[in-house]
Parts: sequence; structure tokens; C-alpha cells
Amino acid sequence: MLDLHLTAFPILLPLIAAPIALILGRSILSWGFATFVSGWAFFVACQLLIATLSDGVLSYAVGGWEPPWGIELRIDAANAFVLLVVSAISTLVLLYSKLSIEKEIHESKHSLYYTAHLLCLAGLSGILVTGDAFNLFVFLEISSLATYTLVSLAPDRRCLTAAFRYLVMGTIGATFILIGVGMLYMKTGTLNMLDLAERIHFYESSRTINTGLAFIMVGVSIKLALFPLHMWLPPAYTHAPSAVSAFLASTATKVAVYVMIRFIFTIFGADHVFNEMGMGTILMVLAIVAIFKGSYMATVQSNIKSVLAHSSVAQIGYMILGISLMNVTGLMAGLIHIFNHALMKGALFMAVGAVFYRMGSVDIKAFRGLGKQMPLTMAAFTIAGLSIIGVPLTVGFISKWYLVMAALEQNHWVIAALVLAGSLLAVVYIGRILEAAYFQEADQSNKDIKEAPLLMLIPMWILVLANIYFGIDTSLTTEAAGSASELLFQNTSDIAVLIESLHGIGVTSTQEVSP
Amino acid sequence: MNFILDYYNYWIVVFLMMSGFYIVISANNLVKKIVGLNIFQTSVFMLYISMGKVSGGSAPIVAEGITQYSNPLPHVLILTAIVVGVATTAVGLSLVVRIKRAYGTVEENEFENKDDAI
Repeated sequence: MLDLHLTAFPILLPLIAAPIALILGRSILSWGFATFVSGWAFFVACQLLIATLSDGVLSYAVGGWEPPWGIELRIDAANAFVLLVVSAISTLVLLYSKLSIEKEIHESKHSLYYTAHLLCLAGLSGILVTGDAFNLFVFLEISSLATYTLVSLAPDRRCLTAAFRYLVMGTIGATFILIGVGMLYMKTGTLNMLDLAERIHFYESSRTINTGLAFIMVGVSIKLALFPLHMWLPPAYTHAPSAVSAFLASTATKVAVYVMIRFIFTIFGADHVFNEMGMGTILMVLAIVAIFKGSYMATVQSNIKSVLAHSSVAQIGYMILGISLMNVTGLMAGLIHIFNHALMKGALFMAVGAVFYRMGSVDIKAFRGLGKQMPLTMAAFTIAGLSIIGVPLTVGFISKWYLVMAALEQNHWVIAALVLAGSLLAVVYIGRILEAAYFQEADQSNKDIKEAPLLMLIPMWILVLANIYFGIDTSLTTEAAGSASELLFQNTSDIAVLIESLHGIGVTSTQEVSP
Repeated sequence: MNFILDYYNYWIVVFLMMSGFYIVISANNLVKKIVGLNIFQTSVFMLYISMGKVSGGSAPIVAEGITQYSNPLPHVLILTAIVVGVATTAVGLSLVVRIKRAYGTVEENEFENKDDAI
């Protein structure tokens, strides 16, 4: 039997370790310590996922204050699954980052980098495990502040303006979430997510609740970079240090997608959000525009990190599209794509970081002829790139498969066709890079470029092999994502049944809190 | 008329929120953007604080002869949010300092031109 205190470990480990990494001071010591702690957090996340898949939901009352009064940590299949992704990527990126940041960040700032990384991990894990809406905002800001710092550590001065723009947008998004949560509290008098979910249904036609919903959805959409609100993402990921891009692209936006899923399905109820408020159609349209706008922008960039950043916008579109399809398969496709996209984007950014390590540039010109000079790095890039396109035997295919299935279940033939058309654009932007790497001659000055060092290749190839492994054996991802999405939909229908029975016996409303 | 007077605290919140938001969007100077962001956040603090007021309620301190208290929880929440706001401002201002060092200016249109030249 699992010790219940373990539920708090994903937050506590990195949070306590962060100042220690700073005190250690020496680059190598901080690196070893941060990697060890992150690996431990990954181990805990594995235990938690196994426990939730067998015993169901784990609930932990922080400080012995019982929910709904105290803060509850609540782990079910959905957040245990995302927690596993985040801690795994964090560990691999830390392993990789040693050489990468030695090249890109000044020696004196190394321990600060590891501190900020651990704080970011603590914030992201906090968002995932908490069962309290206000606590979620606090962790969101912990992770975001660490993120702004991480982005601004790059040597190129453009990272500063990117980080500043990210800070302004991110703060507006977080404040919108804060306003929304305040409105929910105003009407229901509770902040615990389950308690909120039960009480909100008495006020479904309330303007306060619906305004709160609108604020939260816009705030979360800024955080996850949904199409019209994505302008902060491409510059931030392009100019951040390579290791930071790899970490953020595969975790930060995914966690924001999880927040959106949590608010839609657990708190407001899918039926209310999608049908009564009509947000399903809005999200679907924005997601499709995001897929095409992001993919198109990716085809015209010459900076490869910028290509990958724009492609991230498109991939987020696929996740939101899955959610907006309003069925179990669609939500499952969204959750699986969170996992799969983390694997492929992590590997791609690591490969680009390795190219930067050797070449000192990430322009498409630097990739000419690299297929011969850095065969392992470019092979990793190729496999992860095929995965982005959605070629069978890679994880990308699994995501697209479930997404198309979900669209067909709802008889949205056009959506299914558009998903496939989006993949064609991915062929263009990935193919362009592969063409430069394998079919063009290297410049004379780059003839003596060697393969990337082993410490960078190992984490990169772990992700690439995971891309292939989970593309063939899908039992883990489909089981975890399947049970998570069934649980999320069940929540919604359970509460609907509860409401009907309450209406039957004449209970319609509970006491309001404020004047 | 009563609609305006009864909810005057919320009108102040809306006014501050919109002016802060407008400054963030329109200001060209990065320090002004941070100021706008602060006004925007402060309006939300006021929203929370005013929702904690219970009409006829006293300050939430246990005392004899008082039965009705205001709700202290929003105030506690906002203390946390103020800390978050201070931290955000600190990070934002330190970024502005570094931008000034790297570009020699904190006006958005000026440093955008400088990057295009590279």
C-alpha cells in the first residue's frame, strides 16, 4: 500500500531542492543534485500512476485540514499521467542540459539555471496535483516566474524582449484566471474543485458563474497559447536556451492544456461548457485555425527553433481539437497527444540544441550536409520529425489515429480531412530541414564538424526510442489516457444525476456568500 | 441610479482594470507597461476584498457582543496574490534593467528596429 504522504512529494522534492541547488554553487554539483531530485520525482510519479490505476483517486489533506476547508491534493489517472510526462521530460532535459548550457549560459549563472528549472518543475507539479482552484493559480505563477527567468538566460539579447513579452502576456493570463476563480468563489463560497463542481450546477444560468467561466477560459488559452493568443510563444521558444526550449515546449503548455481539461470537465461540466455556452464550436474553430496558421508559419521560417516553436502552436491546436470534439475518444486523443507531443518535441529541440552545440547556429543553412557529419543527431531528428508528421510506427500516428476516430464518431468528416491536411503541412516543414541535412553539401568551413557528445545523445535517443516504443506498444498510453478520460466524463454525468435527484426533492439552491 | 451607487466598488474595479489593461497594451515604454500591469492586478485585489464584505458585519476579530463578521478568506487569498504580484513586478523590472543594458533603451519601437538591423 502506498504511503499517502507521497502525494505531496512531487511538489516538495523540487521546491526544497531548488534553494539547495543554489547553495551548492558549483555547476557540476548543482547539475548532479538537480538531476537526482528530478529523477526521484519521476520515480514518485511512476508510483502514483500505478497507485491511481489500481486504487482510483488519491486524496491528501495538506496540514491535516480536511477538504473542502483546507487545500486538498487530489491525484487521479488524468493528472498522474501528465505528472509522469512532466517529471520524465524534466529528468531527461536536466541530463542533457549540462553540456548544452555550458555552451550557452555563462558559468556564474549555472546554479541559477538549475534552481529556476527545479522551481519551474515544482510549480508545474503543483498545478497538476492540487485540488484547489486558488492554489492552482499560485502554482501557475510559481512555474511562470521561473519560466520567464529561464527564457531570459540565453546569450542572445533578443531573449530579453521575448521573456518580457511572455511575462506581460503570462501575467494577464494568470490574472484573468484569478478573476474567474474569484467570481466562482463569490457565488459558491468554495475553492475546492470537487466542492465547486457540486455547487456550480445550482447556478448554471448565473451570469457571475458564466463570466467567471469566460475569464478562466481566456486566461488558460493565453497560458496554453491557443491561436489568437499565441503571440508570446514563438519568440520565447526561439530565443530561449536550447535545453529550456526542450523543457518548456514539452511541459509548460501541456500543463496548461491539463488545466483547461480540469476546468471544463471536472468543474464546469462538459455539457454546460460545450452545449449551453457554445464553447465547443469556438474551441474547434480556433484549434483548426491554430493547426494551419502554426504549420504554415513553420514552413516559412529559416531559424529551425522558430520552425519548431510555430509547429508547437499547431500541435496545441490538435490537443484542443481533441478536447472540443466532446467525446471520450476525443479527450483521450487530447491526453495521448500531450504525452506524445512531449516525446517528439523534446527530442526535436534536443537535436537542434546538439546542432547548436557543434555549429553555433540553428539557421537552416547550418543543417546542410549534417546527415553525414552528425548522423546520430540527424537520425534522431528524422524519427522525431516523422513522428510530428504522424507516420505509422511512431507515436504521432497514434495521436492522429485517435483524433480522426473521434472526429468520425461525431460524423465530422471535414474535421478528419483537415487533420490529415494539417499533417501534409508538417511534411513540408520537416521535409525542408531533412532535405538540407541529407541532400545538400556542407559548406567548406563546416567540414570538420563531429557528432554531438554522448551526454547529449543519450537523453535524445531515450526520447526517440520512446517515440518508437509507444508507437508500437500503445497499452500504457491508451490505458492511462482512456481511464483518465472516462473518469473525467463520468464526473460530469455523475453530477448531472445528483442534480436531478436533488431537484426532485426540492433542493434548488444553497446559501450565497457575499452581498 | 441605485445600480451605480450600490455597486460603486465594482465600478472602481472595472475602471481600474480597464485603465491598467489599456496601459499594458498601448504603452511603448516598458516601465509604463509594468505600471499598467500593476494597476490591472490591483483592481483584482480590490474585487476580492470587496467580495469579502458582509453587510453589517464587523472586522473578522472575535470580540464580545459581535455576532456577524466579514469573510476573512478573500483577504487571505489576496495576501498571497499580492506576493505573487510583487514577485512578477520584480522579475519584470529586472528584465527591463537588462533590456536597457543590452539595447540602451526601454522604448519598444526603438529596440525592435535595432534587432532588425542584425
